[in-house]
Amino acid sequence: MILVNGEHSELAPGATVQAVVARLGIEPEARGIAVAVDGEVVPRAAWGTFALSDEARVEVLTAMQGG
Amino acid sequence: MESAIAVEDAPLALGGLQLRSRLLLGTGGFPSMEVMADAIAASGTELVTVALRRVGSDARSARAGSLVQTLAAAGVAVLPNTAGCYTARDAVLTAQLAREAFETDLVKLEVIGDDDTLLPDAPELLRAAEQLVDDGFTVLPYTTDDPVLARRLVEVGCAAVMPAGSPIGSGMGIRNPYNLALVREAVTVPLVLDAGVGTASDAALAMELGCDAVMAASAIARAADPVRMARAMSAAVEAGRLARAAGRIPRRLYARASTPNEGLPELT
Repeated sequence: MILVNGEHSELAPGATVQAVVARLGIEPEARGIAVAVDGEVVPRAAWGTFALSDEARVEVLTAMQGG
Repeated sequence: MESAIAVEDAPLALGGLQLRSRLLLGTGGFPSMEVMADAIAASGTELVTVALRRVGSDARSARAGSLVQTLAAAGVAVLPNTAGCYTARDAVLTAQLAREAFETDLVKLEVIGDDDTLLPDAPELLRAAEQLVDDGFTVLPYTTDDPVLARRLVEVGCAAVMPAGSPIGSGMGIRNPYNLALVREAVTVPLVLDAGVGTASDAALAMELGCDAVMAASAIARAADPVRMARAMSAAVEAGRLARAAGRIPRRLYARASTPNEGLPELT
């Protein structure tokens, strides 16, 4: 089961990071977005080719107001 | 007067940035995005901090896209922080994600050691700083007012040190001005007072003690009138910097008349 921001996702293994980002309603060229998979940064250039394993933990992050 | 103006005009170099304003702003805690934008304008700041959080994590993240746009429209540079990280590992990964999201090598490195005080965990902070410097970051660490730790942070390559005057959001000001003065003596990199500012006089004192800049977040965002406080902080930072350059008079226990005694009449 792929976890996206701590929640179970219906995405099948082999889905790309790009697919995860798209499901969250984020445009591919949106600024201020970063993705980590299993504790490693996935650069934007690799979103379209990075395939997720069955146990992948995906974090999709963005800017938040903060000190 | 001539030299004071020259000092005031020297920009502050942080990484690749040349900052004319010596006030840094936190973007958290404002009642609305509009008030934040107005406070940024009133403060004259050119560098503001932002955090990185999960997309869709709460109602506020619906505004996340507009945060990036609002800051871009304000013409300010973004300083990502690692707020909420308790280990070097989490802080390093957060900084790497921030670099990816915001296309900047700058990071305000926070590695928190304690929920109640939000004071830094010194060993983890130093470890994270070293790794991030090696990874090419311009590291601006949030630290304590310990001059020895400040020197160690500079030794591993930090581009500035950002000591707390008192705990984050406490508004307690600079609890140990002597330590802050010692930190000023200990390092030559930019010194930025990072936490504890409650009102304008705290910012002025920081600059009088030799800080190169002041970071204010809650003090502005949670003031009754954030926009007015932003303006007050800006004036205080400028006043404090001018006073530092002007050279204050020494403190004396007894009075010293400013009116001369020569020519004093004998009236009785």
